[in-house]
Formats: sequence, C-alpha cells, structure tokens
Amino acid sequence: MIRAMKRFIAGGIGAAAALFSAASAWAAQPSDWEYRFQPAATDIMHQITWFEGYTLAFIIPVTLLVLVLLAYCIVRFRASANPVPSRTSHNTVIEVIWTVGPVLILLLLAVPSFQLLTNQYSPPEEAKLTIKATANQWNWDYEYQTDDALSFNSAMLHEGDRAASGKEDKSVYPRLLAVDNEMVVPANTVVRVLVTASDVIHAFAVPSFGVKSDAVPGRLSEVWFKVEKEGFYYGQCSELCGKDHAFMPIAVRVVSPEQYETWVAAAKSDLPAANKALTAQIEAASKLAAAN
Amino acid sequence: MAHAATHDEHHAPRGWVRWVYSTNHKDIGTLYLIFAIMSGIIGGFMSIMMRWELAEPGIQIFHGLASMVYGVEGDAALDAGKHMFNVFTTMHALIMIFFMVMPALIGGFANWMIPIMIGAPDMAFPRMNNISFWLLPPALILLLISFFVPSAPGAHGIGGGWTMYPPFSTSGQPGPAMDFAILSVHIAGVSSILGAINFITTIFNMRAPGMTMHKMPLFAWSVLITAFLLLLSLPVLAGGITMLLTDRNFDTAFFSPEGGGDPILFQHLFWFFGHPEVYILILPGFGIVSHIVSTFSRKPVFGYLGMAYAMVAIGAVGFVVWAHHMFTSGISLNAQRYFTFATMVIAVPTGIKIFSWIATMWGGSITFRTPMLWAIGFIFLFTVGGVTGVQLANAGLDRMYHDTYYVVAHFHYVLSLGAVFAIFAAWYYWFPKMTGYMYSPTIANIHFWVTFISVNVVFFPQHFLGLAGMPRRYIDYPDAYAGWNMVSSYGSYFAGIGVLIFLFGVFEAFQKKRVAGANPWGEGATTLEWQLPSPPPYHQWEQLPRIR
Repeated sequence: MIRAMKRFIAGGIGAAAALFSAASAWAAQPSDWEYRFQPAATDIMHQITWFEGYTLAFIIPVTLLVLVLLAYCIVRFRASANPVPSRTSHNTVIEVIWTVGPVLILLLLAVPSFQLLTNQYSPPEEAKLTIKATANQWNWDYEYQTDDALSFNSAMLHEGDRAASGKEDKSVYPRLLAVDNEMVVPANTVVRVLVTASDVIHAFAVPSFGVKSDAVPGRLSEVWFKVEKEGFYYGQCSELCGKDHAFMPIAVRVVSPEQYETWVAAAKSDLPAANKALTAQIEAASKLAAAN
Repeated sequence: MAHAATHDEHHAPRGWVRWVYSTNHKDIGTLYLIFAIMSGIIGGFMSIMMRWELAEPGIQIFHGLASMVYGVEGDAALDAGKHMFNVFTTMHALIMIFFMVMPALIGGFANWMIPIMIGAPDMAFPRMNNISFWLLPPALILLLISFFVPSAPGAHGIGGGWTMYPPFSTSGQPGPAMDFAILSVHIAGVSSILGAINFITTIFNMRAPGMTMHKMPLFAWSVLITAFLLLLSLPVLAGGITMLLTDRNFDTAFFSPEGGGDPILFQHLFWFFGHPEVYILILPGFGIVSHIVSTFSRKPVFGYLGMAYAMVAIGAVGFVVWAHHMFTSGISLNAQRYFTFATMVIAVPTGIKIFSWIATMWGGSITFRTPMLWAIGFIFLFTVGGVTGVQLANAGLDRMYHDTYYVVAHFHYVLSLGAVFAIFAAWYYWFPKMTGYMYSPTIANIHFWVTFISVNVVFFPQHFLGLAGMPRRYIDYPDAYAGWNMVSSYGSYFAGIGVLIFLFGVFEAFQKKRVAGANPWGEGATTLEWQLPSPPPYHQWEQLPRIR
C-alpha cells in the first residue's frame, strides 16, 4: 500500500512534468491516472467526446436512480420497519412508464448517435493525401500514394535504440508507443488511410483522432482524419494478432503542410535523414517561437 | 414420507455406479456443480496470474512461467511467455463460459431444480442427461491438453482469444493446439445441445397438473428460453468452427482470402452464436434472482407476465444484434446503423426486469439473508454493466471503446458481477435444499462483502483504462496506464481471498452439519422445492402435486 501511495505521488509529479514539457513538444498519448478519453485532435474526436459526455448524462442518473430506489427499499421495507408485506404484484401505469421512459431515453440517445456515425463517414472534403497502411506481425508498412512512391516500415522503437535515433525524451517518445519511423502527415488536411493486413487481422487505431479500423487480409478499409494541431499522436494495434500484439504501436507525426512537403520530397531518397531534418526544423522553429 | 424415503433408498445405486451411471437429475446436477467449481478455480487462477502480470508495466512473470512449463530459456522464454499470456486470456474465457457458468447455471441449478419446481419426477430423458454431463470432462481435458501442444511457431496453446478469429486461428497458429480446442468446443456444444433438448421437452411436457405456462416459475421460463437460444445458436458455432477445422487441415478456404474466402464471414458466424451465448449465460440468473427477491421480500414477483415475456424478448432480439461486436471490422455504414438501433432496443426489456425486481421489493418485508445480499448486489452491478452496454451499442462511440478495457469492464460487470453473482445467490439459496445442511451465515456474508468490494476494485478502474485507450489482451502497456492497472490487480488478489472464503464456508457447512429443515426461508419461499424435505428424496413427486 505504501508503494501504491508512492506511485500515486510519483504519478502526480510525472503528470505535472508532462504538462510543462507539453508546451515544447505536444504529444497526444494517455496520461497517468487518466480516467477520460485522450485529448481530441480532430473534429470527429471532439464530437465523440461530446457524445460520450452526453450518454453519461443519461446513464449516470439512471444508475443513481436504481441505486436510490434499492436503498429506499432496503431502508423503508426491511422486515423490522415493514413487518406486513403488501400483496401488490401489478400496476399497469407504472409498467407502462418504465417501458415508455427507456424508449424515450433511447430516442434521445439515438438521434445524436446516428448523426455522429454519419459524420464519421462524411469527410468535409476530398482527401489530399492517401496512405496505405498494411499491418504485419508485428509492425506496419506505410505506402504514400503520391506521384513518386514512398513506402517504409514502422516498428516499435526498442529501448536500446533511443540514443542512436535521438529519441531519448520519454514524454515525447514513450515506451511501447514510440516507433522508428513515424507516419508523417500535414495538419489541417484530410488524410485518408487505407487499412489492410498481410497475415492476420490487426487494427489501426489512433484514439485522439477518433479512428479505429480492423486491418483484415484481403480487404481494404478506409479511415480519414483531419488533425487540428501539430505534434506526435499515438495509437496501438487493437485486434489480437499474436505474441507481439502489444508491441506494434501506431505513431503519427503531424507537421505543417510546408514541413510535410519538404519531408516527403526528401524521404523518397533518404528516410532517416528526412526524419532527422524534420525534427531539427521543428526544434529550431519552436526555439525561435520561445525566443520571441 | 419416511416410508417413501426408505423405499427410495432401496433403489438408489451406491458408490461410483451412482455417479458415473447416474440418470438421476439431482445427482447429475451435483456432478455439474462440482465440475463448475473445479473449472471456476482453474479459470480464476488464470485471471489472477494475468492480473499479477499486469500489476506493473513490463513483463513480470510470464517469461518465468513459460520457462517453468515449456522448458525454454532466454529470448525463447520471453517469446513463449508473451504467447502464453494470450493463451491465458483465451483459456480463461473458454473455461469460464463453457465449463463454469454454463455448467453451474444450466447443468447444475437448472438440472437440480427445474424438475422439482415444475412438479416432475425427473428430466424427460434421464440417460441423455447422463451423457450431457459426461461429455464435459473430456471436453475440458481436450482444452487443457491444448495448453501443452504446439501452436504458433515456438509457442504452445491457443492464443487467439475465445473468438478464434481466422487467419490467426488458421495460418497464424499452424500447430495442433487449435484443433484440440475446436474439438473441445464441439464436444461441449454437443453436451449443451443435448441438455437444451432435455430441458425443452421436460418443461413443455412434464409440468404438474394445473401448472400452465403462465403459472410456471420464472426460473423455468428463463431456462426454457435459454434452452431455445442454445438449440438455435450452437449449431451455427459448430458449423463455423468445423469450417475452421477444414480450413486448417483439409485445405478448404472458407476464411482465407487467398483462396477466395473471407475472414469476416467467420466473425458473422461466430457472433451469431456469440451474442445469444451471452444471454444464455445471464438469463438463468434472471430467473434465479426473481425467485430470491420474491422470497426474501415475502411478496409475489411483480409483473410476472412482463418478466417472462421480457426474457422472451431479450432472447428473440438477441439473435439479430450480433454485428455490434464487429463495428470496426469494416461492415457498411447502413449495417452499423441497423445494429446500433437493434442493440439499443434490448435496453427496454432489460429495464423492465430491473424495475420489476425493485417493484417486487417495494412494499415487501425484506430480510437480508445471504442469498438476498447477492441478489441485490446482482441488480445493482448488472445495472452498471447494462448502462455501459447502452453506450457500447452506439457504433460511433464504440469506435473508441472497441477492443479496449472499456469492453472488458462492461462484460465483466454483466458476467463476472452479473452471472457469477447469480450463481452464488443460487448457491446460498438452494444449498440448504440440496444438502440438507445450513451454511454459516457469517462466513457466507463475509464471502459476499469481500467479493462485492473486490470485484468492483478489479473492474471499475478498467473503465478508466479503456477510456484512456488501453487495448485489451495486452501483456504490457505504456507506463501511463500503470496506476489503474495496479489498483485492478490488487482487487483481483482480494477477490482470490473471497474464493478461499467460499470454499471454507462449504467445508464448514459439511463439517458442522446444521440441519436446515424443509424450508429455511419462511413463508416467502412459495415454489414447489420448499414443500419437499431437505435434501429431497431420491425420487420426488411420485404423487404429482396439483397446482391451483
């Protein structure tokens, strides 16, 4: 228990530290003792977050109602308080109420639910960039559908490779979430990801984008997102795929459209150099912003 | 009655013949209950090992377990251990579903009580009842053997989840372990289908004179509906896993895209069975809880017909909602709309049941003896699991929840805290009837409170983990998830202590041999089993009871 408390305090300090470092390098990922969704980075995820709160506004009162009714029965109708039981076993009015009431609640839930679902399948504009994501046991291939083909493999960053790849900051490159080569996409642009798999079923998921799609061999599924803010975004394989299911994260690096253009041109010939150059460019820009 | 009892003794077989050759529904029910307790201990042990593994980030114990069990070392042990964790999640589910909850509720309590409660001397097909039970031990043995048989390269046991999705269950695990598991599920399925036929026949044809369908106890209604769900859904599973078997061994390509098959087809077949299956697990519990709430409130069940037909509705609608387990699999937008709508409909009959239980308590004269504690616990915790089910029904929101710990929390609230609470409620309700002995209420109540608190500590934080995005079936997780995982793990150790208290309570009851009497629960207990002595005679109702 003492260890638990220590961990709790350490977690609090960690969260505070993460808050400070977030100013310099934004990264959407779970935080310690998180009890809600990760922060939304797309309009769709804002809508999902709103709808989740909306459902809670119904289900928490319903649960509390059941709890209060049970508590009332326990106190008011315990044998010592109510020695003679009633024989009531029917009441048409109350039975109609508790049938129609839930129907109304469900209607109130269904309307925004269907709107949300439809919106998830209605990108605001034609996608400017299409990337094919092929899942393998246990890594991802990203294939940019651009004029000159760009494709590379993205696998989990091993702890031993942190120094060599310049990814020592665990708040930006967390254990089990950071990868060797991130998927790089432009901000404020509709990006389409075609999801499939080469061996068994996997799933492409990025919680802060509000997307999740199974990667099924022999099928192409489609997800889209339009990310509002630059930074690192993390997701994890979400369909059991074998021993390293927990070790094939999805990392998306969202950059400005200009930075993306520079990167994609360079990445075709030398991906590691392009990634390093991109990191250097962003760090220089954030230092400049901090100086001003 | 005494004379009748000695007469019965004369016919009762003794020793191992009594149990192995048994055609007596009470003896077979007892066998089922013992079997379920043993399976529950195995499945519970696996869950505690998983929680131990997940107590901290990093890999704690499974590489060690793998080297102990499979004799591998170093990196091979780490790889074998990662797969072994998946084997534990898979086996925990299969054992708890097919070899614990179903044998306890259907084979155990229903076998014991349905003939007595409807005024029948025995089940309709006593010899088929015997084979229904005796198919289960070989099924479990096959499943346990699979643990030690090669599957994926360098690994043993089936690690594809209880859903057994291909291609991971076909080309992904070429070793024979999956074949053992498929045959195990086949045999368990045959056992359940035979049992279902037996219950349907018994309930339709062997009710006492005057007991019309609308006077039948709700437990009999719940088991009748469960039996129909089993009869209609299990053949679909059997077909699906047979296709899996031929894909694996005879080069068919039902589910392999390179041969023109479709992996998603299996998911449709599996969940056409799988969704009714979750109602199969919970419906008998609904019936049991109705009786217990009525007994200890000293009131008849409120809205009996509504209760019975709510279960019929849940069973019927349960067959047309299966693809809500597949919202992220790439099914079309319109399919998602339909399955969202149909799934939400189920909340209505479920709400009727919850409110009718409360209305049964309303105006009653309630005593809080052990079975009632479990029943009230069931009502509240099932409500918590039910409302998260309403959230999960929405395809747009399920996008976030799917395959995360939110789902794990949801289905453990309705099954581990729903079905299992119903099992313990039934155990403490009927234990004096079945054995003739009264357990220690103190020990039983401690068991309740320890379990009630600990399972909430285990599963409530898993909602938070799911919301924060932690995927299920993960042996290791990003460090941010460490806090709630630790809480959940401590809860599971505490729940393990609850199981020990339960076992001690059973031992203590048999040791102290307190005589329970025919009806320990008083005038609220109105169903027929309480008119018989405890334990009931070897053959009951030789003179059929008349129901007015």
